[in-house]
Amino acid sequence: MNIEVYQLAEELDSFNYQQVQDDILAIQNKGCSVVLDMTACKYISSTGLRVLLYSKKMAASKGQKLYLVGISNEVKDIMDVTGFNSFFDIYSTMEECMEKIK
Amino acid sequence: MHRVDLFPTHEYQGLKLRQGRPYPFGAMVMGNMVNFSVYSRYATDCTLVLFHNHEEKPFIEIPFFKEFRLGNVFSMIIFDLDYENIEYGFRMDGPFQPEEGHRFDKSKILLDPYAKLIVGRDVWGQQPNWDSLYQYRARVVNDDFDWEDDMPLETPVNDLIVYEMHVRNFTCGASSGVKHRGTFAGIVEKIPYLLELGVNCVELMPIHEFDEFENNRISPIDGQRLYNLWGYSNVGFFAPKAAYASSGRFAMQVDELKNLVKRLHKNGIEVILDVVFNHTAEGNEQGPYISYRGIDNKTYYMLTPDGNYYNFSGCGNTLNCNNPNVRDMIVESLRYWVTDYHIDGFRFDLAAILGRDQNGNPMSNPPLLESLAHDPILGKTKLIAEAWDAGGLYQVGSFPSWGRWAEWNGKFRDSMRRFLKSDDQVLFDVKERIIGSPDLYASQGRGIKASVNFITAHDGFTLMDLVSYNSKHNEANGEDNRDGENHNNSWNCGCEGESDDPDINRLRHQQVKNAISMLMVSQGIPMVLSGDEMGNSQRGNNNAYCQDNEIAWLNWNDLEKNADIFRYFKQIIMFRRVHKVLRYEDNLRHCDYLGLGYPDFSWHGVKAWQPESGYNNLTLAFMLNGQYATTDGMPDDFIYVAMNMHWEMHGFELPQLPEGMAWHVFANTGMPSPADIFEPGEEPLIESQHEVLVGPRSIIILVGRAAS
Repeated sequence: MNIEVYQLAEELDSFNYQQVQDDILAIQNKGCSVVLDMTACKYISSTGLRVLLYSKKMAASKGQKLYLVGISNEVKDIMDVTGFNSFFDIYSTMEECMEKIK
Repeated sequence: MHRVDLFPTHEYQGLKLRQGRPYPFGAMVMGNMVNFSVYSRYATDCTLVLFHNHEEKPFIEIPFFKEFRLGNVFSMIIFDLDYENIEYGFRMDGPFQPEEGHRFDKSKILLDPYAKLIVGRDVWGQQPNWDSLYQYRARVVNDDFDWEDDMPLETPVNDLIVYEMHVRNFTCGASSGVKHRGTFAGIVEKIPYLLELGVNCVELMPIHEFDEFENNRISPIDGQRLYNLWGYSNVGFFAPKAAYASSGRFAMQVDELKNLVKRLHKNGIEVILDVVFNHTAEGNEQGPYISYRGIDNKTYYMLTPDGNYYNFSGCGNTLNCNNPNVRDMIVESLRYWVTDYHIDGFRFDLAAILGRDQNGNPMSNPPLLESLAHDPILGKTKLIAEAWDAGGLYQVGSFPSWGRWAEWNGKFRDSMRRFLKSDDQVLFDVKERIIGSPDLYASQGRGIKASVNFITAHDGFTLMDLVSYNSKHNEANGEDNRDGENHNNSWNCGCEGESDDPDINRLRHQQVKNAISMLMVSQGIPMVLSGDEMGNSQRGNNNAYCQDNEIAWLNWNDLEKNADIFRYFKQIIMFRRVHKVLRYEDNLRHCDYLGLGYPDFSWHGVKAWQPESGYNNLTLAFMLNGQYATTDGMPDDFIYVAMNMHWEMHGFELPQLPEGMAWHVFANTGMPSPADIFEPGEEPLIESQHEVLVGPRSIIILVGRAAS
């Protein structure tokens, strides 16, 4: 399986969602599964959550995977209460993720 | 193929615009465009006001140009708007002539009546900026949500066991042990508890946006400010209460509530919303401008001939429900909650108002109620009326139903409470209530399923207080105990309020078990007040609408303190769920119409088959024939219930069962726990098959099945 890691910035919201979505799609269009490194991400807006889920569904439609790694407690909490967490494979560290998917 | 109408035609201060779509009303995202649409029959001019999030001053005000108007609708499309970071409102110009019904004031910035996301009261109790020109602010919502295969559950209405609850009261107390106290997410954490209790429907007290600061009173008890905790005061009809979402500070209440509904559905639990379409939070002539008053006062409110507000709601104004435009708004709101939130049903607060015409007179065929009864999208949605209003209209049994509407059966509450306290004038009525109130609902083709039975609800005493207080104790509400219902039909069992006397406490527990037994063995839809299952007390406060504190919050430690009550509730709820014979949809016939040897339902007294035999109108017994309630061809058991509300013990002669069957005891409220109730299916055989002794103020429930 071809895998590429994509790092999110500190925030994912309507200011940068288009760029992030395009970047992830570009990786997916190369035929790669995506590991989203969210270690730096401290805030994710409603639109940001939709970018994640859209990317996940895009991956599924292409027979690829999308993993989330290093989610901060703040972001985890938002994903929990809105139910978005239930759609993702989530790992706390990159090592754990790589170990699991290799 | 690309559309040809996706290009801007106008530019205003750097924003690109074009004519909008008049319908649907409100704000809607369409690709890189947002469509804004608002109607006002009497406005002469309208301006769209845009703010960056949380900012006091708007960054732009865009007039609706002449070519942006169609009929009485103002609409425009804005291109490339970063809509997650804007808040929008309207300024309306028009006459200020209160005597004519018009109160336009273009100095006010007004909330969109169709706003689907409202911010401004995002964290409960956090003081807003009172000087802000625009308090409750509309935002554009992301309305996509991945429901997967979820849909409203469409549980047969007669199978429901409704749990009436308040989002905040349920988990706000620290004893709830949840992470997200007092929120939608907090309820998700308690789903295992709801499953253990066995209810299959939660009825949420109002969750539309309201202002908890609407109450200005201070508690005379502790000097703390009082809130509008219950929220029977709508700011918007399309938006959830932000402060009920732990993610409300990020304006994600829409997703959090949808997630709650989805999780409840996954666990077989329906969601009914308590909706308040009888008035708004704008109050009377002295009230604030939030939306409707400034958008189109004469359309939205019922006005007296001289332009004042009718007050059939008791809250200052009355929504003009049978104005065709307001009617459409209500229908659209309900459709939205069903379509976008997968809501299973609605309970309409003071629903009698919805049947009044524009002058306040009750109508015989109110168009709004008829529209709702026949609406295609609401076709399987539960519609439940609180069939009275504050203007004196009382329609229990006569609410216009078209066979679709159920009602809160206030007479069930009143009769059962009186019987519970050994009132000997009420037996005839009690018997009607037990069989689904055919005296009220047999007409209009309504049947048993029209009757939502309850003994306690948010209005009034909790069940534990019903058996602990003779009178209300609402001093903490700051109105010198004048507020709240005076006729409670309650009895304190010998001492007003909390007691150390073990006999009194034992009797209170027994009375609580009697009450829940009456509710669960009666035909109709039972509704349980949240907290009653753990013996929750509000210290005698029977109108705790403003008590955002330990008075109204559930104390989860009560589960341990009143473990016998919780256990009793669980078992009797389970009993109802496994016995179809307790859940008829249509009226009982009281005869053996299938020739099975026994009638579907029979009354008894202290002597079998002799209903007239009894003691002073304080005893009754009945038997349900399970052969009339089959599941996949398998008959249900026989059920026999004896109620003795006399303060002395009485022997009840038992009707004889068919050959090979025997009576087993499921419950006896006169016995100490755990002999008061058994696991359904594990009931022990009783010694004498001919007679049972029913103790003072006790109920015995027997199951007739194979003797084995």
